[in-house]
Order: sequence, then C-alpha cells, then structure tokens
Amino acid sequence: MVRLLRLLFWILIGRPLVLVVLGLNVRNLKALPQNGPAIVVANHNSHLDTFVLMTLFPLAQLHRLRPVAAADYFLRNRALAWFTLNIVNMIPLDRKRLGKRGEDPLEDCVKALGAGEILLIYPEGTRGETEAIAKFKGGVARLKEQFPDVPVVPVFMHGLGRVLPKGEFTLVPVVVDVFVGEPVAWTGTRQAFTQALQAAVAALAAAAPDRTWR
Amino acid sequence: MTPFDITINAAVALLGIFALLSLASAVAFGLSARHPDRDYTELKQRIRTWWVIVILFALAIALPPIFAICLLGFVSFLAFKEYITLIPTRRADHRVLFWAYLTIPAQYYWAADGWYGMFIIFIPVYAFLLLPARMVLIGETEGFIRAAGTLHWGLMTTVFSLSHMAYLLALPAAGNPVAGGDGLLLYLLLLTQLNDVAQYVWGKTFGRHKVVPKVSPKKTVEGLAGGILTTALVGFLAGPYLTPLTPVEAAIAGLLIGCAGFIGDISVSAVKRDLGIKDSGNILPGHGGILDRVDSLTFTAPLFFHYVYYLHY
Repeated sequence: MVRLLRLLFWILIGRPLVLVVLGLNVRNLKALPQNGPAIVVANHNSHLDTFVLMTLFPLAQLHRLRPVAAADYFLRNRALAWFTLNIVNMIPLDRKRLGKRGEDPLEDCVKALGAGEILLIYPEGTRGETEAIAKFKGGVARLKEQFPDVPVVPVFMHGLGRVLPKGEFTLVPVVVDVFVGEPVAWTGTRQAFTQALQAAVAALAAAAPDRTWR
Repeated sequence: MTPFDITINAAVALLGIFALLSLASAVAFGLSARHPDRDYTELKQRIRTWWVIVILFALAIALPPIFAICLLGFVSFLAFKEYITLIPTRRADHRVLFWAYLTIPAQYYWAADGWYGMFIIFIPVYAFLLLPARMVLIGETEGFIRAAGTLHWGLMTTVFSLSHMAYLLALPAAGNPVAGGDGLLLYLLLLTQLNDVAQYVWGKTFGRHKVVPKVSPKKTVEGLAGGILTTALVGFLAGPYLTPLTPVEAAIAGLLIGCAGFIGDISVSAVKRDLGIKDSGNILPGHGGILDRVDSLTFTAPLFFHYVYYLHY
C-alpha cells in the first residue's frame, strides 16, 4: 500500500513538478548508477534537491532510492515524518549519535547498501548558503571504506537555490542544470577520499554557468 | 454534436500544414537515402519535433478556443521560465519573480475573457509599476534598474507579446466570417514559421552579403529579401481563405510578418549572445529551447494582431 502511494506520488506530483514546473538540463546522465548498491553524492541548497535526484532515476529504481537526511529535522512532527519515511523513503540520520563511542549513526545506511539500495547523500550536512558548497563531512568515506566496490557518483545541481532557497516557501520555476560526474575511486584514507569527493563536485560546479547577481 | 469547433477553411489549412510536413519528412528521408555518408540527424530531429508541435496545436485549435488558449499560456510559461533561467537574477527578488509568474494566468484569463482594455494594459502598465514596487519595498538598491528592466523585457516578450495569439481566438467571430479566430491564428503561425524556413533556404542557396554579422553571422541580405517576398506571396494567397484582409492588405501583412519575424529572430539571438549561450534550452530536440522557436513570434504576434484589429475590428 505504501509502495503504491509512493509510486503514485512520484508519478502524479514529484516528477511533474521537477520535469514540467522546473525542467531539467542533465549532462552525462549515463554516468548515473544503473543499479544498486551505489552512493550518489550531491551538493545541497534546497529541499527540492532530493526531488530532482529521485527524478533522474527510472521509475523502476524508485523502491531502491534512499535519501539520507537529518532525523531531528525531518521527523520533527508526525505528518512530516510519515511523508519522509514512507513517500520519500528516507533514511533518518540521528545526529545526536555522531561521534559517540559505541554508536554507529550510519547503521541504517550500511544495511541499505547491503540490501542493494542506492543512497542519496548530501555530505555538506546542511543546505547552507545559496549556491555555495560547504566543507564535506566524512560519512561517505566511512561507507566507502566498508564497501570498496560500491560506486560513489558525484552530482552537482545548479539553480535550485533560485527555485526554493532556504527560508523561502514560494517556489519560483527555473530550469535546473544537473551535472553527473564519473565515480570517485577509493584513495586509501578516509580524509583523502572526502577531499577527492569534494574536488569532484567542485570540478562539476566549475563547468556550471554563474547566473546570480550578488 | 462533436467536440470539434473549427471552420472548414481552418480545417483545410491544418490539412495543408500536415501535407507540408509530410513533404518535409519525405525530402529528409530522400536526402538521407541519397547521401548515406552525410549526417541528417539534426534535420530529422527538427522535423520530428515539428510533428509533435503541429499535432498538439492542430488538436488544440480543432477543439473549443479554451484549449488553444491554455496551450498558448503554457508556451508563455515555458518561454518565460527559460528566460528567467538564462538571465542573472538577484537573491533578494525571489518573491518578485514569483509574482511575475502569476501574471501569466492573469494575462491569458483576460485574453480568454475578451477583456481587451485589461489585456492591453495589464503587463505594460500594472506589472510594469507593481513588480518594481514590490522590488523597492524589499529594499535592495544594488542592481535595481537592471533587475527591473530585464524582468519587464522578459514579461513583455514572452507573456504580453505571445498572448496576442490567444486574443486572436477571442475576437468576435463576425469579424472573420471565412475562418474565425482559428483562421487568424493559423495564418500568423503559418506565415511566421514559413518565413523562418524561407529565409533559411534562400540564404543557404543564394546568400552572399551578411545583414547583421555581429548578432547573427549566418543571416544574409539575399535570405532576408527572398524570405520576406515568399512570405508576402503566401500571405497574399492565403489571406482571403483565413482572414478578413483584402488581397492588398494580406500582401502587406505578409511583408509585415516577414520583416518583424526577422527582427524577433535576431533580437533573441542578441539576448543569447549577450548572455554567452548558443541555445536557450533543450526542450525541443533539433530546435533548442522554446525561446529559439517562438523568437520571431514575439514580434509578429502583436504587430499582426494590431494590424488586423485596426483594419477589421
């Protein structure tokens, strides 16, 4: 039942919103993982980032897509929690468990990768300043260390900061540029991998047009 | 009772357009069969996209006017969205852009309603005053005139100008007994798009002297002249079947559409060159973006509308 509702939501609301109201201009879509397990890493400016990422994949992959997001934010009330857990199929990340001895906040992500699912992760950890990329956090490197064969694909999205920036509730239609990069290989250490990942997204960003007057 | 609402002449014109497209498809097929070594992918893509556009429009025109008005409003939305995507905007103007989008359903409502007074001043006067008013209340002065100016230019071309096509459908039927509003819209679309193709073909065949090398290096005097004369001839021939224009008026309408189409085309080229891009988007395979397709119409639609409106309504 929940699976049906999820499918209906994405066919009737999620995808038309992204494809008709906004519009996508995707470069190098073929580099996106065709199958799970995989990790897609993207920059984060807007709640709609997840809508765009989920629309990039064929509907047949919908049940495998697992956006990872902060539990304290997205589970803050029951309606939102129901929507994010069931329709978006989100993996809630408990930020309170971060850095605590004996706790693994990535437990559910590890399980999902084991089950062949595709994680959508924003390593900046927050939406941050409009159209700026903050320093990446290390969670993806921890996962890659455990699953060296799982491809980690960088994605850069441009324009969503104009569509629905942090703190705004009015949506302004703008065509969104999406740049998909080639998978980033394991570099030996977690720190170096996180840096390589950040560099990969920054390289994609360098190719994007700058259309904001500041 | 059928759901269709179309005059015989307009239906014949639609069939004629389908015949032209079939001819284009046949020529493209013949060319690629004769020269298997050459790449005709773009031409084929272009023609295939034309089929989709023409089928959608033919359906909308054959049904009651509200369908075509909604389709045209959607075209305005896509064109304005492309424009907003391409131009730099200020972070502070987020809400202003939201209000700018809302002018689209309003403008097409005035057109559908046949409220001419409101239709003709809503964007040039009210949107022109109220959007900058909203902007100035937000209080960001840096880049104010640039932001207000570019926003209004976009609304005028992609919404106000294009919405004249919708108003053609709301004109009183008695003004054009031969083919109604459908006839006027078909006449405008046929001549504008034919003019684009004719200028291209004449230019490709006889083009020597460049017209505006800085804006659009491929446009030539020969292409322009040949295209305008072709459009005037077709306008003269089709006028009596689709419009209330006399033969002389129809020939002048053809000349007007030929010249205005050229200016509209290079105006959008100038915008793209200013912004440093080639195509305005990728929604229409083989053509580029919606703006690349409706560029000529941003000039021909209001000029043709007011020409006919002055003479016959």
